[in-house]
Amino acid sequence: MSTVRIPPTLRASTGGAKTVDVPAGSVREVIRGLVTAHPSLHSQLIAPDGDLNRFVNAFLNDTDVRHLQDLDTPVADGDTLVLLPAMAGG
Amino acid sequence: MTLETPIRQRTNAAAAAATFTDATDATDAERPRITGMACRSCGHAQPLAIAYVCPACFGPLEVTYDLAIAGSTFTRAAIERRAPGIWRYLELLPVDAAPARSLAVGSTPLIAADRLAPVLGVDRLWLKDDTRNPSLSFKDRAVAVATAQAVAFGVSALACASTGNLAGATAAAAAAVGLPAYVFIPADLEPAKVDHALAYGATVVPVAGTYDDVNRLCLEVADETGWGFVNINLRPFYAEGSKTLAYEIAEQLGWRSPDVLVAPVASGAMFTRVARGFEELAALGLIERRPIRYVGGQAQGCSPVATAFERGTDEIEPIREPNTIVRSLAIGNPADGRYAVELARDSGGSIEAIPDAVTAEAIRDVARLEGIYPETAGGVTLAAVAAARRRGVIRDGDEVVALITGNGLKTPAARTLGLAEGSLEGGRVAPGQPGLAPIIRPSLSAFEAWLGDAS
Repeated sequence: MSTVRIPPTLRASTGGAKTVDVPAGSVREVIRGLVTAHPSLHSQLIAPDGDLNRFVNAFLNDTDVRHLQDLDTPVADGDTLVLLPAMAGG
Repeated sequence: MTLETPIRQRTNAAAAAATFTDATDATDAERPRITGMACRSCGHAQPLAIAYVCPACFGPLEVTYDLAIAGSTFTRAAIERRAPGIWRYLELLPVDAAPARSLAVGSTPLIAADRLAPVLGVDRLWLKDDTRNPSLSFKDRAVAVATAQAVAFGVSALACASTGNLAGATAAAAAAVGLPAYVFIPADLEPAKVDHALAYGATVVPVAGTYDDVNRLCLEVADETGWGFVNINLRPFYAEGSKTLAYEIAEQLGWRSPDVLVAPVASGAMFTRVARGFEELAALGLIERRPIRYVGGQAQGCSPVATAFERGTDEIEPIREPNTIVRSLAIGNPADGRYAVELARDSGGSIEAIPDAVTAEAIRDVARLEGIYPETAGGVTLAAVAAARRRGVIRDGDEVVALITGNGLKTPAARTLGLAEGSLEGGRVAPGQPGLAPIIRPSLSAFEAWLGDAS
């Protein structure tokens, strides 16, 4: 299992859960698994074209997945995926 | 009581508050000029809160106004009667009233740079000298607004993720309102910026990583602690503070806009909010609506926005490891990058990528020709003026305003980059630096001997 950390903005859709355990796979598969378990996350996380919403950044073990293999990045058992708003600025 | 009262600040705030009371009639007071928050992407509306993410689509939240209400008291004559500082533009800021305690932010000079203009190749150049703010950068504007709301919301601490200028601004503002400050920075930040934040009593947390690593950590810390992070969970308020640059420039030019506005681009937030500031003034009829070309400057070693501009796309490809002396602009994953590209492109402007050596030369030029000493972002901005002129974005006769956003004392090592000899080593002036005489004995004969050799 991998762990997905849920930011406060999304916790209403996970029944208040801060983390959700999802079977490992690729980042895409983990997010798909998360949305399957908590369907109301779909509108927040998934863009109309089926990709990850551009306002969501995904970090695998604290590294932006765009610096890895993006949604194809493999997620192993014990890994942590963090979903955060795309919000950076000095 | 008297000993604890900062007389100068209180006097300004009291004067400002009195003016606003006089200028607001009872009817308008019944209808709020601040109407709430809305998502920039999907438009989802919600009441004002410490919130920055749209619960519907995860997009960025912004404060919304009723411009008709705001405009009813926001007239040239009313503004011109008010005390200096950013609160003279209160109607277009997301706070109910000028705060009782605030640093004296804004009303910085707009200086005609007649000596620098020909060096950069432009005909008319104004420098907005925001090195003059309380913590020596434009960040005081954004932080003042965020802090006013943080106090109103009753946060337990102020915090920020900083590339340097924000560190000092947040620490200073927290000191002024009596809140603890937590400042998160990349561990290898310039020492002067770290010391600056420490001086105001902040707790500085160095993080082993890039600014983007710091920012990601702070997103999670903000969620867990409830601290008021000025540029994260207070960001909708913080971002609005930068609009005051536009209001001041318009007023200082005699209520009109320039042909070209040149600004540094890090996250892109200030760049886009300055444009909104001019747009609001035009919408309210305080200035004539004329096209403004917006030019942004980035450091070549961290230029994701400039790269997107050159490629003709809105998609920002993040930079993992910035490589530049321009630390204040070293954001590899800019939140408002997409909007910054759109603004530059739609306005007929550009985003310029500036090599570090050119930035250093621009710092030296503006310091020796205009008596203004900017930190690295100011060097980038002035080099971007020259680059945009070469590109044809700036044309013959154009009136150009460039934003000098921070003071060079924060980045002393940058000035000497690329000089053939001389350097600042260990914070001490090393011999051999251009302009620096050798140490002489305290006698007139020694002076005359040196002068004879030198001339």
